[in-house]
Amino acid sequence: MSNDSTGKTLTVAFILCIVCSIVVSSAAVILKPMQLENKLLDKKKNILAAAGLLKEGVDVEESFKNIEVKIVNRETGKYLESDPTLEAWEKSILDDPETYDQRKAAKTIGRFTELTAEQDTASIRKQAKYATVYHAKGADGNVETVILPVHGYGLWSTLYGFIALETDLKTVVGLGFYEHAETPGLGGEVDNPKWKGLWPGKQVFDAEGSVDISIIKGSVGSTTKNAEHKIDGLAGATLTSVGVHNLVNFWLGKDGFGPYLAKLKAEGV
Amino acid sequence: MSDISMTDTKKVLFGPIADTNPIALQILGICSALAVTSNLNTTITMCIALTLVTAFSNFFISIIRNQIPGSIRIIVQMAIIASLVIVVDQFLKAYAYSISKSLSVFVGLIITNCIVMGRAEAYAMKNPPIPSFIDGVGNGLGYSAILIILGVIRESLGSGKLFGFEVLPVVNDGGWYVPNGMLLLPPSAFFLIGLIIWVLRAWKPEQVEEPDFKISPNTKASHH
Repeated sequence: MSNDSTGKTLTVAFILCIVCSIVVSSAAVILKPMQLENKLLDKKKNILAAAGLLKEGVDVEESFKNIEVKIVNRETGKYLESDPTLEAWEKSILDDPETYDQRKAAKTIGRFTELTAEQDTASIRKQAKYATVYHAKGADGNVETVILPVHGYGLWSTLYGFIALETDLKTVVGLGFYEHAETPGLGGEVDNPKWKGLWPGKQVFDAEGSVDISIIKGSVGSTTKNAEHKIDGLAGATLTSVGVHNLVNFWLGKDGFGPYLAKLKAEGV
Repeated sequence: MSDISMTDTKKVLFGPIADTNPIALQILGICSALAVTSNLNTTITMCIALTLVTAFSNFFISIIRNQIPGSIRIIVQMAIIASLVIVVDQFLKAYAYSISKSLSVFVGLIITNCIVMGRAEAYAMKNPPIPSFIDGVGNGLGYSAILIILGVIRESLGSGKLFGFEVLPVVNDGGWYVPNGMLLLPPSAFFLIGLIIWVLRAWKPEQVEEPDFKISPNTKASHH
């Protein structure tokens, strides 16, 4: 049979596809547990980095011991506490809050609420009923930083990250993303330490207590009014900047962590 | 190695470093050379990944070269290259997560790196597996040589560091060196590659191509 006959062409193509797919899928399956572990470690690293607790040479797991994981009911702002009326899945969250996966919950029926188009400024569509929050404790055991997970749509992808606030619940300690697929070099610059360095010290609420933080076009200069509520936009990445602006505003607002922050403010951290 | 002599092996392995460099002579693989060379960590990872992919794709394509129907040969090459790239990407995600994050899409883009396919088509389709493998390693080394030169220049002068360690104390950290930010941007690699090609061709004039056409001299204005 000649190499160029139809039969031979089909046979070669078929065998090649089978072999390649076996190789690719077995690599993916075998390496999956390690990749997940890396992802989890990276997430912890980012939680620490957002709170400014990531130190060179210190083990991530070790530093993470100072972080307390809490589960918050997003609508009421209350912590999830054991209660006989809880459903089985809610109880299982309580058993091991660290492994609670907010992203998975936002896809599981009964564990999320659909957002209306009006509410959904961050384009996330579904909002998990329970959210994870992190409290970073100082050496004396007092809470020093409150770290909130945030996510929202940029240009190409959903950006997942954390925003850390001081205990006044107004001043930013840091912001960082651990997962996104924005254009490298443009929107991907959300990972640039220089840009992330603009966030610490910014005020996210105005005097009346409503959310006031915006990412502007161009850069914030000494003459900019309300500079403490404004962040430079990313050059060449307007849509990613808008996305980050929207998601920060969404998560600090009433459909995000608004109720929780209000409750913390009233009762103290 | 029964079918080729030692001198041939040397030529296939080390020839691509200076004599037939894939970037400098064949002008292939420029895209990733611009994108990943702003620091040495990503540069070296990319070099290793590309060398592995080129070597193994050459090897596997050469094994089945006598079975590949001409009509689908490019697709067959692509399927093999793409599978290898995915495997490399999965390994990086499992063993070098932070580097795989900073390389982002560029590992996936090895699939479209002209060097890999260029060598498959130009060498592996006509030569036995072992020499093809060596040719892949050689071209990977040639690519790596240029990338490492770029990486060293760009990271040291652009951010005052090598492998993330300070070599030139920069002004921001209280030193004396004002980093040249342009070197961190992709176009700088373009200029540097141009300079490398110039140096290489001044050293080895046989690499200079014959011009495709000659520019005719300007018409002289008539003298009165």
